[in-house]
Amino acid sequence: MEPFVFFIFSILTLGGALGVVTTKNLYYAALFLIMSFSGMAGYFVLLDAGFLAAVQIVVYVGAIAVLILFAIMLSRKVMTRNEPLLNRQWGLGLATAAIFFFVMLAVPLNVKWPLSNEVSSGNELVQLGLAFLGSYVIPFEVVSILLLVALIGAIILARDTSDVEVE
Amino acid sequence: MTIPLSWWLISATALFSIGLYGVLSNKNAIAILMGLELMLNAVNINLVAFGRHITPLEVTGQIFAIFVIAIAAAEAAVALAIIIAVYRQRTSINVEQLDSMRF
Repeated sequence: MEPFVFFIFSILTLGGALGVVTTKNLYYAALFLIMSFSGMAGYFVLLDAGFLAAVQIVVYVGAIAVLILFAIMLSRKVMTRNEPLLNRQWGLGLATAAIFFFVMLAVPLNVKWPLSNEVSSGNELVQLGLAFLGSYVIPFEVVSILLLVALIGAIILARDTSDVEVE
Repeated sequence: MTIPLSWWLISATALFSIGLYGVLSNKNAIAILMGLELMLNAVNINLVAFGRHITPLEVTGQIFAIFVIAIAAAEAAVALAIIIAVYRQRTSINVEQLDSMRF
């Protein structure tokens, strides 16, 4: 059963990702990106990471993909202007990506990992909460400050300054 | 039966390579950003899969994945703000034309 579900989510994830890089319409690319993110949420469910699957849906599908759609809409003249999306070096890019894939494939096929057969206790949400406010409290606070800085920075960068009165 | 670790790793490698191709071969800044998001997600899959198969009693892999998600969100917000600011000034987000800082 599980391999079957894995293949369905793989088709969603990898097919969506292929759609992102091959479609000519940027708007469709963003919709393919949503499909890929949803498949990844399924991956996380299969990996016993239910909380992460919820975060994936809320943050990636709900926030980042919608943000990208907004940016595409705001720069729509680029979309309708019928020019190719690929640059001149796309062949080299394809070769680099393919070489990277086949070289890195040697790692999962050859390395023997120190696998563990224990099964998680199923209360990973409790463990996550304890870890975030325990041993990972400083990175947690730093990330919250980073998000605040990014929020303010994004507003200042994207603000239209043309009709602001200078005092 | 549970999925072996190598399947996750191969799937994540394929996803990372697709994202890498998207970053290297597009000239639209938003398309490059979408490739970047795919690469970050491939890393997340690897982190969670390693955590699930090597240290199933701890949640360290998931914690790192959550930090990656938070930083990806910040990065996407700032990058799209920059793209919109550039578009407003030049009515183009073609990265091949953004060369005014080139020596």
